[in-house]
Amino acid sequence: MKRTTLARIAAAEQRRQPLMVVTRLVDGAQCLLDAASCEGELPLSAEQLAEARGLLSSGRSSSLSSAAGLFARAYVPSPRLLIVGAVHIAQALAPMAAAAGFEVVVIDPRGAFASAERFPGVQLSDEWPDEALARLGLDDATALVALSHDPKLDDPALELALPSALFYIGALGSRRTHEKRLERLRAAGLGELTGRIHSPIGLDLGGRAPAEIAVSILAEVIQVRYRGGRVETGA
Amino acid sequence: MQTDSVSLFEILQQWRAAGKSAALATVVSTWGSSPRPEGSHLVVDAAGHFLGSVSGGCIEGAVIDAAAQVMASGKPQLLEFGVSDEQAWQVGLACGGRVQVFVEPVE
Repeated sequence: MKRTTLARIAAAEQRRQPLMVVTRLVDGAQCLLDAASCEGELPLSAEQLAEARGLLSSGRSSSLSSAAGLFARAYVPSPRLLIVGAVHIAQALAPMAAAAGFEVVVIDPRGAFASAERFPGVQLSDEWPDEALARLGLDDATALVALSHDPKLDDPALELALPSALFYIGALGSRRTHEKRLERLRAAGLGELTGRIHSPIGLDLGGRAPAEIAVSILAEVIQVRYRGGRVETGA
Repeated sequence: MQTDSVSLFEILQQWRAAGKSAALATVVSTWGSSPRPEGSHLVVDAAGHFLGSVSGGCIEGAVIDAAAQVMASGKPQLLEFGVSDEQAWQVGLACGGRVQVFVEPVE
């Protein structure tokens, strides 16, 4: 692998941009391709290029069927979990999600909550949620959970999240809290999208401790990631 | 981008920047019950330090040995392990799968 190829893959990961490397297994010759360009020492036919781009768009790595001895490796953004509200449940959820392979960002403008002492080793943002989310970008490999219990933090996050490509949106709160939240979001013109919010949040595992709730939230995020769609969230 | 919290490509860049040789191993085909999917990576440096995985742990030793040869020769290798393979039995790929691993030098 050439140094420039290595640098391109590392940069694509950093910027959360999809990238594919096609390798000829007999000698290691490679080309790099994304949706717009294809470059490198390995020439691809139009048919091979089309097959490789198809794999890239679905995020799959595989040998090409249109040619023997060519392997296509898709690099797509790693799953990411944005947590709004640096609350007790977030303290349990952030390290669990990181262990499960998620890039985690905890967002809370209240410095007393989003402190390095409370979240050792966790990426923290002290921006307001709407600023943080606009900066971070809401792609389809990203999930968002609103845990703050404070409409001043949760609502602006949900207002940006609902029309976005996020693969999962969850909000903590009792049924009554959620009903009031839905009223506010309807008033903001987002009524048709509120069905995307998982609330009550998390799979119904029966636990009540913060760490137990974190397990149920993470389990639901993983379930939606692989099974897709709106999943019944239990009681 | 695999579901590892550390980027293997950042590690490779760090190793190369520090002047260490490095090799990249990739699962390029699987049959049967292989524990790691196609595209899974393992990175190895000249001292045999490694990160990532290409199996549940059964063939990593053999891949690291091959990586040392690849770093020395500068030529990639395509390795194959399977249940009928004496070497694979020795390294313990008893899970019934077959797997091909491409090992390439990193410039």
